Amino acid sequence: MTSLGFSWRRTFAMMIKEFVQMRRDQLTFAMMVGIPLLQLVLFGFAINSDPRRLPTAVLDADHGTFGRAILAAMQASNYFEITGTVAGEAEAEQLLAEGKVQFVISIPADFSRKVARGDRPALLVEADATDPAATSGALAALAEVSRHALDRDLSGPLASLKPPPPPVDLRLHRRYNQEGNTQYNIVPGLMGVVLTMTMAMMTALAVTRERERGTMENLLVMPVRPMEVMLGKIAPYVVVGYIQVAVILVSARLIFQVPIVGSLTLLTSASVVFIAANLAIGFTFSTIAKNQMQAMQMSFFFFLPSILLSGFMFPFRGMPGWAQTLGELLPLTHFLRVVRGIMLKGNGPAEIAGEVGAMALILVVVSIIAMVRYRETLD
Amino acid sequence: MTPDIAIQVRGLTKAFDSRVVVDDLSLSVPGGRIMGFLGPNGSGKTTTIRMLCGLLTPDGGGGTCLGLDIVTQAHAIKRQVGYMTQRFSFYEDLSILENLDFVARIYGIDDRKRRIAESLERLGLAERRKQLAGELSGGWKQRLALAACILHQPRLLLLDEPTAGVDPKARREFWEQIHTLAADGLTVLVSTHYMDEAERCHEIAYIAYGKLLATGTVEQVVAGAGLTTFTAQPNAPGALVTDLARQLAGLPGVELIAPFGAALHVGGADRAALTASLAPFLTGRGFAWNEDVATLEDVFIHLMGRSRDNFGRGGAE
Repeated sequence: MTSLGFSWRRTFAMMIKEFVQMRRDQLTFAMMVGIPLLQLVLFGFAINSDPRRLPTAVLDADHGTFGRAILAAMQASNYFEITGTVAGEAEAEQLLAEGKVQFVISIPADFSRKVARGDRPALLVEADATDPAATSGALAALAEVSRHALDRDLSGPLASLKPPPPPVDLRLHRRYNQEGNTQYNIVPGLMGVVLTMTMAMMTALAVTRERERGTMENLLVMPVRPMEVMLGKIAPYVVVGYIQVAVILVSARLIFQVPIVGSLTLLTSASVVFIAANLAIGFTFSTIAKNQMQAMQMSFFFFLPSILLSGFMFPFRGMPGWAQTLGELLPLTHFLRVVRGIMLKGNGPAEIAGEVGAMALILVVVSIIAMVRYRETLD
Repeated sequence: MTPDIAIQVRGLTKAFDSRVVVDDLSLSVPGGRIMGFLGPNGSGKTTTIRMLCGLLTPDGGGGTCLGLDIVTQAHAIKRQVGYMTQRFSFYEDLSILENLDFVARIYGIDDRKRRIAESLERLGLAERRKQLAGELSGGWKQRLALAACILHQPRLLLLDEPTAGVDPKARREFWEQIHTLAADGLTVLVSTHYMDEAERCHEIAYIAYGKLLATGTVEQVVAGAGLTTFTAQPNAPGALVTDLARQLAGLPGVELIAPFGAALHVGGADRAALTASLAPFLTGRGFAWNEDVATLEDVFIHLMGRSRDNFGRGGAE
């Protein structure tokens, strides 16, 4: 009899079978191509981490020139949109509590007169800071507004009230994403998120489906080895993963005009490691889960931390050390650095080697777990 | 080369969660024979077959299949065994041809295309080869499963209730196939519920509650049970076999009471006690009595009744 070790021929047999089954299941196939496009367009256009034109109410007890000048400067910054004026503090409080406005600006009586006298009157800005991210951009712009809003009005006899120039000339270079365009960050990240979700889920169902349909018994009695089953089930989805990558890259370029500074070849070759790692994770789930329902739950539990701890939604460096360590265990964390690095920064092989290495390590470890978990008997 | 003994196992034991399903089972199947594996539902037939082909690891005992150890050489056994599962377990979303092609590739069959074409032809599947397996009726699914199981020319065929849910004509054709294969030297172990199928086997093994109760040819098993049986045929109006059965139940020596059409089969191993108990019923009760040869079914019902008394609780497949 021939060798009982690994056989490419049997692996190939598994692949053909999986391809045919995938082709038969047209709804799933359509979803695998449709989902990335849908999510990309939906999230690409929807997510904005630097919100502008936030509704603002004004409580103006002064009605003076300087107050109006400051309000005009705030509107001009594009972060504030004055949606109305309120008569008293109670009404302002109400609007904030109801979430009708993000900011309330209170200009006290005699504001303009005090400015002219050089009394440095207070100007109160109340922000609804329940979501810090929603207000941080606007509040940062506010400092600049207050400094220069009165430049034009403080002339002639009032020129002495102008603030002196700062002792240091601060120069800021926003590199790789000059305009702070959220889409440049989100769209490449979505590539990783979509792959994480679809790839892990597809293979998570792979073995449990065989078990539920009763075909596992037959597969086990055939001389096919665990490694061959795993490779055979993973390979067809690598192709699907590549279709998704292609769909996302093309729409990133055409719909969102995200620059692709680095090498496309490098990006696609790094992607294969990421795709394989997620497929292996899904396969491992399916060796643990007893049925398809459990497999779905596992891939969902994997998906959530992937989105939240990888740096896709929230800044990775904002997390405490232990959470960063957890994040490092997720392939998406490393892939985000790779894909953003190549597309936006133009990273080369040397810069991404560490991240690709980490993904490869995850792939190997997870595959070993899968092989240990894969039962060759029905025990 | 057909070995003299295809299956030789001793003391096979398997428990699931401390529930013993197969208990100290020893079995020997000569090469080139059709061995019928009989027993009620949950008697451990499927578990035994799964242990023979390496799908389950026995908790105790062991032995050989085609001269290979069932525990340590399970992989080598898999290459030479065809196993047809109780439930259809090929891919319903693949066509007949694609299923066979998959099997042929996995086993690395030489001259794949020709062998598949031959197999399709032989089992009458050629015209339906493009049809999805899931769309086939029970009989056709069974043909496909058999074709797939013997494609790699195994030396031992394990069939787990292959004819369950298949119509009589398809069953007959199926058994013709099995006999043709056995004539070519293939050893077949087939589990079944049907008595008529048991009689088509060269030898039978009867298992109940995980224990092997009888083996041998049908004649040997019937003779070995040592049953004396009588048939009571009602010959007067108002004579009901159900009443008779109720009256006979529990009498000394009466171990078997089974309605058989309008008649009643009554039997027991202790001839003297049985005839003594039956004496008062022989005349004037409206029944004509005849002694006859015990059927296989009588024997099985008898064996099962006896083993249930010993066992006390049920087992499972």
